[in-house]
Amino acid sequence: MTDFTVGSELPVVRVTPDKFVTLRYAGASGDYNPIHVDEGFARQVGLPGRILHGLWTMAQVARAQTEAAGRPQRLRSLRVQFRGMGLPEHELVVRSTVRESSGGVAWVDTVAEQDGQQIIRNATAEIALT
Amino acid sequence: MPVQTEAVGKSYPPVLYAVGREKVREYAHAVGESDPVYLDVEAARAAGHADVVAPPMFCVVYSAMAVAPGIFDPDVGINFAAMLHGGQEFHWGPLVIAGDEITTQATVKEISERDGRGYYVFESVSKNQDGETVCTGTWTNIVRGV
Repeated sequence: MTDFTVGSELPVVRVTPDKFVTLRYAGASGDYNPIHVDEGFARQVGLPGRILHGLWTMAQVARAQTEAAGRPQRLRSLRVQFRGMGLPEHELVVRSTVRESSGGVAWVDTVAEQDGQQIIRNATAEIALT
Repeated sequence: MPVQTEAVGKSYPPVLYAVGREKVREYAHAVGESDPVYLDVEAARAAGHADVVAPPMFCVVYSAMAVAPGIFDPDVGINFAAMLHGGQEFHWGPLVIAGDEITTQATVKEISERDGRGYYVFESVSKNQDGETVCTGTWTNIVRGV
């Protein structure tokens, strides 16, 4: 398992969502909001094009934690704020730093950035270490 | 126009979701998970699970349907066209495994207004067939220009 001592950085997750990831995620999640699946609609409402689902991006933040922790059941909680918008075909970078560790639980501060902008910020994961 | 807060505390009908193996795999592929416990039954069994494990964020799949009626409830009064998903929090209990049946109930937790924005917060509680709470969600939607 990754080092979860205070101040440690967890492995950085980098993923470039492909052009059609929002369509696959819509199917998998049931969220067919047209801002995610309809290029014309998205542009009509002033967006640069179809945008990523916030919860897909949150799933990348969750994946960074579970991969570092080694087992999915170690992720006890995750809280995020969404800011701005994520775009397909732009690299997403998830960075995570252990803020606190006590009583067999680590608290990890984590952010997701695209093009240098934090699209998930003020996020905290709670990881069970035992 | 101030936000209407009468709906705080209102609950919506529970929604039952049967977790299917292929749905878990479809979800895992869509979010780029590669851990075989999510994708391969034999690997999941070797790790001590009865079937494939749902990734933690699969909670969205079984709980969002329970929250949706609140977002469209006229008593809550969200202007959907001006709504942003502002924040999300999940707390997880025991793992969800393909074959589980999950019941989710949603409640309006908070409606408030700050700086011309309306904050509409819903809570979802999801329990498995044994009555264990597998996930609690806090869904914060922000509406500009209330």
